Amino acid sequence: MLDGADALLLARLQFAFTVSFHIILPAFTIGLASYLAVLEGLWLYTKRQVYLDLFKFWVKIFAVSFAMGVVSGLTMAYQFGTNWSVFSDKAGPVIGPLMAYEVLSAFFLEAGFLGVMLFGMNRVGKGLHFAATLAVAFGTALSAFWILSVNSWMQTPSGHGVNEVGQFVPLDWLAVIFNPSFPYRLVHMLLAAYITTALVVGAVGAWHLLRDRMNQHARTMFAMAMGMVAVVAPLQLVAGHEHGINTLQHQPVKVYAMEGHFEPSPNGAPLILFGMPSREAAETKHAIAIPGLGSLVLAGSTDAPLQGLKSFPREDWPPVAIVFWAFRIMVGLGLLMIALGAVAVLAWATGRLFESRPLHRFALAMGPAGFVAVLAGWTVTEVGRQPYTIYGLLRTVDSASPLSAPAVGASLMAFVVVYFIVFGAGFLYLLRLMRRTPGAPPAETPEPMEGPIRTAAGGLGSPIAVQGA
Amino acid sequence: MPVTPVPISYDLATLWAAIIAIAIFAYVVLDGFDLGLGILFPALSNEEERGVAMNTVAPVWDGNETWLILGGGGLFAAFPLAYSVLMPALYPLVIAMLLGLVFRGVAFEFRWRAGRLETRHRWDLAFFGGSLVAALAQGMMLGAILQGVKVEGRAYAGGWWDWLTPFSILTGLALVAGYALLGAAWLLMKTDGAVNAHARRLARPALLATVAAIGAVSLWTPFLKEQYFDRWLNWPNILWVAPVPVLLVAAAWQAWRKLNAGDDHWPFPMALAIFFLSFSGLGISIYPQIVPGALTIYEAATVPKSQVFMLIGVALLLPVILGYTAWTYWVFRGKVRAGQGYH
Repeated sequence: MLDGADALLLARLQFAFTVSFHIILPAFTIGLASYLAVLEGLWLYTKRQVYLDLFKFWVKIFAVSFAMGVVSGLTMAYQFGTNWSVFSDKAGPVIGPLMAYEVLSAFFLEAGFLGVMLFGMNRVGKGLHFAATLAVAFGTALSAFWILSVNSWMQTPSGHGVNEVGQFVPLDWLAVIFNPSFPYRLVHMLLAAYITTALVVGAVGAWHLLRDRMNQHARTMFAMAMGMVAVVAPLQLVAGHEHGINTLQHQPVKVYAMEGHFEPSPNGAPLILFGMPSREAAETKHAIAIPGLGSLVLAGSTDAPLQGLKSFPREDWPPVAIVFWAFRIMVGLGLLMIALGAVAVLAWATGRLFESRPLHRFALAMGPAGFVAVLAGWTVTEVGRQPYTIYGLLRTVDSASPLSAPAVGASLMAFVVVYFIVFGAGFLYLLRLMRRTPGAPPAETPEPMEGPIRTAAGGLGSPIAVQGA
Repeated sequence: MPVTPVPISYDLATLWAAIIAIAIFAYVVLDGFDLGLGILFPALSNEEERGVAMNTVAPVWDGNETWLILGGGGLFAAFPLAYSVLMPALYPLVIAMLLGLVFRGVAFEFRWRAGRLETRHRWDLAFFGGSLVAALAQGMMLGAILQGVKVEGRAYAGGWWDWLTPFSILTGLALVAGYALLGAAWLLMKTDGAVNAHARRLARPALLATVAAIGAVSLWTPFLKEQYFDRWLNWPNILWVAPVPVLLVAAAWQAWRKLNAGDDHWPFPMALAIFFLSFSGLGISIYPQIVPGALTIYEAATVPKSQVFMLIGVALLLPVILGYTAWTYWVFRGKVRAGQGYH
């Protein structure tokens, strides 16, 4: 039985590892696809060269990120069956069709039009090319719709029944798809994707401004990114809060783990800023707390009663410390993002948006913050769902494949080695692409070994050399 | 062992089996030619030939790979029990395939991003190795499924090396040969000059190897299970299935003739025909089993409500997908030339 426990732990590690690598790529490409669509639209509307140059600059970065997203996503499509076959058998009738819809409506759209978006400008004309870019952007967002519906159903299952062989079966598709936590999660994740991309674009703009504050292309991307951060980061705070209230209704245990509340608080709960939660000791040690604020945030008044982890059986508690700390990392970074937006607006209002070096350094430092916050947020919601895969219905321990520990361990090792090589190189190439001076003629920033497709006249304008049909 | 009769009336499970079969076939031929290019990559003479070969598939490979997600995702959605039995049964093969596809997928992008020639060669090696491993793993999965999988209750009950047999090694090599043929025929169609001539030289042995491998698999398969034997060699079934091998030989002969006649366009559709006929042969062997020896499509199928819900999506979206996929190929039609763009 020790072997079974080991295999389970390894399978969980494998899923956490592969999904963590994967999630940051769509989080980036969802936002970047929309940004590219905006850039191309602005170019078509204003005819200003700077937008086309920025499109060309970012579309290469998109291509590399997208390729990594496709191959890491392919792994996910099979991971359910390889390591979680009991879960797949039981949940297949409900979540399988949603994933099929994701492939049919979103993946094909993205991948199908990507070729035209990357290489097709001269072949299809501006209008159709723009349509292809829009299709890619729409496809990326639509894939988020379906996969978040699946995830949300696993968090807050509804619209289902159980058949005679123990499978969950759909009774009402609308109730399955639009399950209680889905709208909140969808908004929260899409906003996260847009902020993540804005922070990357802003950091790249800031880096180029730090080198040359007169670079018009860097100015344009920096201004666009900071505007996006200033608007969306505060919205995300609101969306995140609403999501939290929704979670309190449906998964209170998760919220009490996030808050570090073990004891019920009949007379109002404090807000624990920091502390050392211990699942074993069932208390949060060394807590620094603001009295009443916890109830105010979650229930609307300082003396509103709240439950605590101890109101629920201990075997239903998630790993409290992980959830507690991941939540603080996410919120802390979110507050920094709001601060960045505010500082940028202030600099803009005083005419120093392109002059303020501290602002540019701040924006540069915040470049990876979106990715970290996304991973932390997913840790909160996924670890917070434990010990269940389907919340309240199917325990993680009852979900895994009948595999031996060596099989899962060996494949985990293989994934770790391959992912570090492949995605390590990929992120290096992405940084290299971001380092190019935006808007500079190709000769000034030589790209050694550039392939034929991507180079000629800046890639977009001249696709593969092809004989007339 | 009782032989399952072929039901005459069509039904949702059969319809879904057909849809999954179409998705897998689309994947096999679409990704087949770009995996084939990867397998042939080291045989291409120089930087220029490799660059051209890569560019013939660069605009379409993401879409090609998506069919594999539909194959896996569709199997999960339509036959969750088969998915949850087969994935653990084929575990090392699936992992090897995925890792192979990771390497070759990123190589498309990374080889142009590499700063030094050495690094580029390393990604070219990854493209070759990844393609070869993925092709071999897919072929071996096919063999492993054909020879049967041990099931108890609703779960896989075998060991994690059960798939490894002489038969599965043969099917693995057969698919590698077949993909190499598709890749060479594709290159023939999409290029001219030196690359084209080279592709022709590579296509001939690939065709011979493919035909030999199909022959070996075909002779071996009927003796794996009673049902296969019955389908292929018992009267009157033999009458119904005889056209498959006959047409296959005809397609191979036509491909061979056109290859030697200097034709660029016939070998690819003929290679597709060879794949289609082989694929039909598989269907004839295993239908209505989905995990031969253990599960039929009826036992593995999801509930009707899920089948119908997805059917709506397929009916609405699959024609659209086929439409814009065809459009993409149309946009990038014609031959890809070296020279222009190499600066």
